[in-house]
Order: sequence, then structure tokens, then C-alpha cells
Amino acid sequence: MSPDKSTELPRHLLSIGDLNHDQALLILDTAEELAKISDAPIKKLPTLRGRTIVNLFYEDSTRTRISFEAAAKRLSADVINFSAKGSSVSKGESLKDTALTLQAMGADAVVLRHPESGAANRLAAWTNGVVINAGDGTHEHPTQALLDAFTIRRHLGTVGSDLAGKQIAIVGDVLHSRVARSNVLLLNLLGAKITLVAPPTLIPVGVESWPVDISYAIDEVLPEVDAVMMLRVQSERMQNSFFPSTREYSRLFGLNLDRMNLLPKGALILHPGPMNRGLEISAECADSVQSVILEQVANGVSVRMAVLYLLLGGNIGVSS
Amino acid sequence: MAKIIGSIDKREIPNGVLDITLHRDDLRSRAPRALTPTVIPPGGVEDKIVVLVDDVLFSGRTIRAALDALGEVGRPAQVQLAVLVDRGHRQLPIRADYVGKNLPTSADEIVRVSISEIDEIDQIVIAGANES
Repeated sequence: MSPDKSTELPRHLLSIGDLNHDQALLILDTAEELAKISDAPIKKLPTLRGRTIVNLFYEDSTRTRISFEAAAKRLSADVINFSAKGSSVSKGESLKDTALTLQAMGADAVVLRHPESGAANRLAAWTNGVVINAGDGTHEHPTQALLDAFTIRRHLGTVGSDLAGKQIAIVGDVLHSRVARSNVLLLNLLGAKITLVAPPTLIPVGVESWPVDISYAIDEVLPEVDAVMMLRVQSERMQNSFFPSTREYSRLFGLNLDRMNLLPKGALILHPGPMNRGLEISAECADSVQSVILEQVANGVSVRMAVLYLLLGGNIGVSS
Repeated sequence: MAKIIGSIDKREIPNGVLDITLHRDDLRSRAPRALTPTVIPPGGVEDKIVVLVDDVLFSGRTIRAALDALGEVGRPAQVQLAVLVDRGHRQLPIRADYVGKNLPTSADEIVRVSISEIDEIDQIVIAGANES
């Protein structure tokens, strides 16, 4: 009954790069089973009773924090929410001291959102508990990529297998996007073909080594894709020098009604949220039938339940 | 089994599958297990007579977990238990309503059941503790 070595997950979820193909599929398949719980009359399982999960959020977030909280509560874990505002962080407490404090209070897992890349890796070295990266700077956001892949897989009719041969475009602010980095790794792991579309200033240095095609012309890419993922223009991370004006960006790279008509029938529109309506995506596209943006949010709970179950459901701490 | 009862009763008996992994009481002692599909019988279980079917009844812990899992699906009018083999060594106050065969075993033996629909052969093997 013990799972195959290759599908046993690493102790922490810090990066999609730590997962192999079978582990990624295990998470998606587990999420598929757990999604049924959300349809059941009683949305509660006793699985993580007595485990304490701390949501440690140094950056603002709506859906990720609430989604992790809902996922943990459906598995009966105790959830403590921590946001940097209104805590001792504003008195100058370091991440390490905060982490050690939480550990002393008996947290089994820490879900960390932090503005600095690599924060989750640092935290993992300091604590005994499980660390789940819920977005670190411009580095990675693994659970977002997992829920995107889960959503795409459900709609393209490949539940139970990977995304081999599917064409997926990721459009927008790739440079600042941890969602894009995690998605490139995961979608590539699952066999999809990825095209990045962005102004040259928003394509990161070293992208040649990524397993992707690059395009600067969205209109040439859209007719070929099975799904298009629009990224948020992260104005909080840029000083407005990456493109001349938001209107020009919107005209050249935004998804609008005309561009949506270029998409093949049945192609999906994804957005990790929060959306800048009228900038990277127009309201008609965001609310169209091809848009699965709200479904992404719903699926986020199932995927995070799967991650929490697989990382915390077993004999953690015994093997180490 | 649903087919046979159906042929006696002259009506179709809906059947389903229950995955009880998330309700087990020994989750903490092992690495996390992969989940298998749960199939709710068409029409649900609300106010129905539900017969749980398992291959081997041993400690009773699986059935305890199954009762919890079933409670989440709905509230049956009555729950009964049918097992192919009852090998004794109960650790919980649980008994089967229908038993294929009572099989006295030692607690460290392993009982393996194969049925032709799944394993292409009908057989029950008692293996020693050392050969698994």
C-alpha cells in the first residue's frame, strides 16, 4: 500500500521544479477526487484534525489566502491567519523570528506569501514544519500553476492524463510574474507547448533557456492555442517604464472582443486574478463563456486541499 | 452482488464505490495514500437500505471509516455489512450481517481474496506472515 517512491512528494512545496511528472499528476488526480467533496452536502473531512496551519501573508491577497483557509478548514485543520499589517512585523520583527515564534506555538505547516523571491526556501531551512509557497516575489506560485493545469485539464477532456500536445499561450507581464514561471515549469512537465507573448521589455533575461517559444504578436498566436492565460500587469512592481502607456499596452497585448474571435472554438481564457479590466483583458472577454476565471478560483480550493492532504495527511515529522 | 440481488428481487439495485482513505484512523502512521474514486450510487443513499460490501473483515477499522464516509454522503435508513471472509481479530465492536466464510486465522497471517470479475480467478489465499 505504500506509494511508489517516485510519487512521494517532497517535504515542502516551494517550487514546481521540485516535482516530477508523476507527482504533478498525483496532485491533480487527488484534487479531482477532493473536488467531489465540494459538491457533497457535508463539505468537511476529518483528515487533518489536530493539525495547525498558519497562513503567513506579507503581501496582500484575497483569493490565495481565502482559498488556502477554505481548503484547510474542509480538511478540519486549525487555521491561523497572519498578515504583516497589524503584527509585530511593523515593529521590525524579521521573517526568521516570526517563523520561530510560529513554530514555538506548534504550527505544523506555514503557507507563506512574501514579496521577496526565495523567501519560502529560506523559511523551509529555519522551521521543522511543512512550508508551502503561496507566492514569493517574482519567483514562483506553485499552487496557482497547479490549479491552472487542473482547470485546463478538466476542460480539454484530458482528466486522468497530462496535457501532451496542447498549445498554451501566456500573455503579458512575464517578467514580474511568478504565476508565469510556475506555469511554464508545470505545463512543460505535463507535455504542453508554451508560447510567451509580451513586449520585449517584459520578457525576462535568460528566457532562451526556458522550454518556450517567444512571440511579440498576439494576433498570430491566438488562432493556434487551446488555452490563453492573460497575466496581470503588475503596476506595483514596475515604475511605468516598461511600456509607453497603458493604452498602448492594452491595444497591442490586451485581450478584447476582436482578439477573442481569433481563438479557436472551445479555447479557454484564464487569468490568475486580480484582473485589471480594460487593461490586459476587457470585460466582455472576462465574462464570456470561454472564460474559466471563476472556475479557477473554485478549483483552487480543491487543488490546495490536495496539496495539504498529500503534504500533511501522513506521517510527517516521523521520517525526519 | 447487486446483479444477483436484482435478479431475485426483479429490480435494478444501484451500486457505488466508497473511498475511505480520508476517514482512516491510521493516516498519521504512514505516508499519504493516493485517493481512489468514490462513486455515489444513482439516486443517492438518503433513506435507502445500504449494504456495505468488503472482501475481508479483520480489525473492523475499515468499516468504522466506511460508516463515517457514508454519513457524509447521506443518511441511509439502514446500513448492513456483507463480507466475503470474516477472519476474526476484531478491534472494534463491529460485526457483519452476511458472511461468505468464517476463516479462523492467526493475526499475523495475510488473507488475499481474488474474484474473477477483477482478478480472473476466484480464490482466497492465506499467506504466512513472512511471504507477502
